Amino acid sequence: MLAFILRRILQSLVVMLVVALVSFALFRYVGDPISTMMGQEATIADREALRERLGLNDPFIVQFFDFVSRAVQGDFGISYRLQQPVMELILSRLPATLELALVSGVLAFVFGVGFGVYTALNRRGWLSTTIMSVSLIGVSLPTFLIGVLLIWLFAVELQWLPSFGRGEVVDLGSWWSTGFLTPSGRASLILPAITLGLYQMTLIMRLVRAEMLEVLRTDYIKFARARGLSNRAIHFGHALKNTMVPVITITGLQLGAIIAFAIITETVFQWPGVGALFINSVRFVDVPVMAAYLMLIAVIFVVINLIVDLLYYAVDPRLRVERAGAGH
Amino acid sequence: MTTDTQSRFARIWDSDIMWSFRHSPVAIVAGFVVALIALAAVFAPWLAPTNPYDPSQLNLMDGFTAPMEPNAFTGNSYILGTDNQGRDVLSTILYGTRISLFVGLSAVLFAMVLGITLGLIAGYRGGWVDGLLMRIADVQLSFPSILIALLIFGVARGLIPPAYRETMAIWVLIVAIGLSDWVQFARVVRGATMVEKSKEYVQAARVVGAHPAKILIRHILPNVMGPVLVIGTIGLALAIIAEATLSFLGVGVPPTQPSLGTLIRIGQQYLFSGEWWILLFPSIALLALALSVNLLGDWLRDALNPRLR
Amino acid sequence: MTGDKMKEPLLSVRDLVVEFPTRHGTLRALDQVSFDIGPGEVLGMVGESGAGKSLTGAAIIGLLEPPGRIAGGEIRLRGARIDNLSYEQMRRIRGRRIGMVFQDPLTSLNPLYTVAQQLIQTIRTHMDVSEADARKRAVALLDRVGIPAAARRIDDYPHHFSGGMRQRVVIALALAAEPELVIADEPTTALDVSVQAQIIDVLKEICAERGASVMLITHDMGVIAETADRVAVLYAGRVAEIGPVRDVIQHARHPYTAGLMGAIPTLEQTSDRLVQIPGAMPRLNSIPTGCAFNPRCAHVFDHCYRERPVLRQAAPQHEVACWLTEEGGA
Repeated sequence: MLAFILRRILQSLVVMLVVALVSFALFRYVGDPISTMMGQEATIADREALRERLGLNDPFIVQFFDFVSRAVQGDFGISYRLQQPVMELILSRLPATLELALVSGVLAFVFGVGFGVYTALNRRGWLSTTIMSVSLIGVSLPTFLIGVLLIWLFAVELQWLPSFGRGEVVDLGSWWSTGFLTPSGRASLILPAITLGLYQMTLIMRLVRAEMLEVLRTDYIKFARARGLSNRAIHFGHALKNTMVPVITITGLQLGAIIAFAIITETVFQWPGVGALFINSVRFVDVPVMAAYLMLIAVIFVVINLIVDLLYYAVDPRLRVERAGAGH
Repeated sequence: MTTDTQSRFARIWDSDIMWSFRHSPVAIVAGFVVALIALAAVFAPWLAPTNPYDPSQLNLMDGFTAPMEPNAFTGNSYILGTDNQGRDVLSTILYGTRISLFVGLSAVLFAMVLGITLGLIAGYRGGWVDGLLMRIADVQLSFPSILIALLIFGVARGLIPPAYRETMAIWVLIVAIGLSDWVQFARVVRGATMVEKSKEYVQAARVVGAHPAKILIRHILPNVMGPVLVIGTIGLALAIIAEATLSFLGVGVPPTQPSLGTLIRIGQQYLFSGEWWILLFPSIALLALALSVNLLGDWLRDALNPRLR
Repeated sequence: MTGDKMKEPLLSVRDLVVEFPTRHGTLRALDQVSFDIGPGEVLGMVGESGAGKSLTGAAIIGLLEPPGRIAGGEIRLRGARIDNLSYEQMRRIRGRRIGMVFQDPLTSLNPLYTVAQQLIQTIRTHMDVSEADARKRAVALLDRVGIPAAARRIDDYPHHFSGGMRQRVVIALALAAEPELVIADEPTTALDVSVQAQIIDVLKEICAERGASVMLITHDMGVIAETADRVAVLYAGRVAEIGPVRDVIQHARHPYTAGLMGAIPTLEQTSDRLVQIPGAMPRLNSIPTGCAFNPRCAHVFDHCYRERPVLRQAAPQHEVACWLTEEGGA
C-alpha cells in the first residue's frame, strides 16, 4: 500500500517536472520579457542591465532550477498586464473558481449517476428516451451557449437570478472569500454552476449508462438473477458497485476538466475566478500568468489523479492483491 | 488483396451502413441538415445579400435593425436584422458558418492525419517509440482539449509578431484545435495496428520484403477506417464547438471576420438592451450544425458497432 | 406418448418453442422440445453448440435474453406451470426451487463481493434466517463442496480462489437455498481437465444427498455416460433422441446420436474407430424441411425430405425422432 502510494507520488512529481519545463519554456522564450517589461523607449544598456539582473543570461539549467525553486515558493513573478505578483492574483481569485467547480461537480455527479442508472435500467421507457435525446443536445450545445441562453431566460426575461459576478461574499481568514454564506452569493452560483456542470453531467450520465448496460450483461449478473436475488439487490448492489469502478476514474478526471472548463463559464458570467484571469492573459500574452495557471492546473490534476487512484484501490479488491503482491 | 479489401468495404457500405441509414429517420434528417448547411456555407458569397467582411458595404446607421422591420434612419430592412455595426445577421451567419466549417474540417483533417500517422508508427514499431507517444497521449488526454487549444493559441500568439497575428489567426486556430484532438485517432489506429500486424498476411508481406509503409497503408489502414470515420465525425462536431468557443472567448478568428462564436459574443452584450436577434439566429445556426454532426456521428458509431444495436 | 412407467415428473417440458425475432425474420431456436425430469434423476442434455441446450436451460429458469421469447408449449414444475409466471413469482422460484450453475466460474462470481457476502445474500433472499445462521449454513455448504478451511476462506474474494475452487463456490451458491432442480450448463467446460471429474462428482453427490434432480447440459458424451441416468440429444433446436443412458449409448437409434456416440473415446477404441459426421449443423435461418438432419444423414431417404419426424417410442422409455425407426423398427 505504502509502496504503491510512494510510486504514484513519484510519478506525479515527474509529471509536474515536465509541466514545469513547459511552463518555463513558455515563460522564458515566448515573447520578450525585457521589451514587455520596459516598453519600447528603453535604451540598449538599460535592457542589458535588466537582462543581467533577471538572470536571463545564465545557462538554461540554472535558469530552470531558479524557476522551479521560485515556483515551489509560490513566486511566479509579476504579471505583465496587471503589474502585481502572479501568485497574489491567483490566490485572490482561486476561491471563486473552486466554489463554482465544487458545486458544479456535485451537481454533475449526483444527477449524472442518477440519470445514468435510470436510463440503463429502463432502457426502452419514454422517459429514458427523452433523457437520452436531451443529453445529446446537451453534448452538442457549447458550454458558452448554454450559459448565454440561461442568462437570457432566467436573468433577462424572468429576472429571477443574477447574470454576472459572485454577489456578496464573506471573507474567511486571510485570503478565502466565500459566496456560500449570503443569499445573493448563493443565487449568483446557480446559473454558472448549471452551465458548468451540464456538460459533465451528460458525460457522466452516458458513461454510467454504458458501463451499467455492460455490467448487466455479465455472467455474474446472470448468475445473481438465476439465484433469485431481488432486482434491488442486483441493480443497486451488484451492478452499480461494478459500474462505479470505471466511472470513478473518469469522473475524477472530469472534476479536473470542470476547473479548466470554468474558463468559459467565468467569461460568460464575468465570474471573478482564475479562468477569467487566464483567458485575459492569453488575450494579452501575459506569459507569467499563463505559466502559473498551467502549473496550477497541473497540480490540481495530479492531486485529483492521486485521490482517484486511492479510491480505485478502496473499491476494487482485485487491485489490493496485485499491488500488495508487487509491494512485498 | 486490394480488390478484396475494396470489395469488403463496398459490401459493408452497401449492406449494413446503408440499411441502417435508410432505417434511421434521425440520421436522414441530420444528414439533410448537414448537407444544407454545408451547401449554404460553400455558396455563401452568392447567397448572402451583403458581404459582411467588406467594410465598404457597411453602414453604421443600419446598426441594431430588428428583423423584418425597416431601419428608423435608413429605411433598410433585413430578414434577420443587423448587429451593432450594421452587418446583416443573415449574411454574417452564412459567412460565419463558412469559417466554422472550414476551421472545423481543416482541424479534424489535421488531427486525423497526425493521429493516424503517429498511431501507425506507435503500433507498428512498438517499444520506446510507442511508450513515448502513448505517454504524451495520456498526459494530453487528461487535460481538456479546449485548455490545450487555448495554450497552443496563446503560445502561438506570443511567437508570431503582432503585425501578422490577424492574418495568421485562422491557421493558428486550426493547428491549435487539431493538435488538441489527435489522441483519439492515434489510440484507435495504434490498437488496430497492433492486432493486425501479428496476422499472417502482414507477416507474409513482411517476409516477402514489402516496405513497412506500404504494409501499413495497404493492409492495416482499411481496417481502421470505420472507427476513424466515427471519431472524425464526432471530432468535427467538437472542432466546430471548439472554434465557436474560442471565438466567443475573443481569442479565435479576428473580429473583422466574425464566425458564429463571435456573433454570439456580440449578441450577449446586447441581450439586456433587447436586441435578441443578434444572439438568437447565430445560436440556432450553431446548434443545428453541431447537433446534426453529432447525431450523424452517433448514428455512425451505432451502425458500425452492431453489439450496441 | 411418454413412457407411462415414469413417476410423476419433477419437471415437465412440453412442445417448448423459443423464437428470436430479428430483422431478417423470426428464428426458431427451439422447436417443440419435450422431455421430463423425474425426482432425483440426472438428465443429460447433449448436442453441438447452437443446438439449443443452453437455451432450454434459460427458458426453464425464465432468463431468456430478449428478444428471445417462449412462443409455445409449456413448462411445469411439480405439475404447476412456470412458463407464464410474472417476473416476481419466477424470481421466488429461481435459486429456491431451481438452481443454476454456469459454465465459467471465473466470470460467474461478482469480483467486488466476498464469497460470504454472496452466499449469505442468496440464503437470506429465500430463507427467513438470521445473518449468523446464514453464515453458519454458508460455511457448512462451502465445507461440503470441498473448500478447505471454509470458515476462514469464506471471507475471501473470488479472485483468491482457483478456477476449480471457484466452480465449487458457484455450486455452493446454486444450492444455497436447497433447490429441487439444478440446471448445470456446461459446468466443467471452462475448467482444467484435471479437476473436471472432481467437480462433476461434487455436483452429483451433493444433489443425490439432497434428492435434487439435475439437468446436466454438456457437449461431452463422456461426462453424460458417467453421470446421467437418462440423456436427451438435441439437434438444431429439436430433440432427436431421448432415453436411458446405457440404452442410448449402446443402441443409438438416431443416426446423429450414433455419430455422437462414435465420438466417445474409450480405452479399447483406437482413433480410427471414431465416427465423424460430415457437414455442420444448419444455421437457424436455413433449417431444411423435413428432418433437420437430412443433409448430413448417411441413411437419408425421400420421406426425410418431406415430413418432419416426431418423437416415437422405440424401446421402453426410449424415444427417437427418425423415420428409419418409424418405418423399419415400429
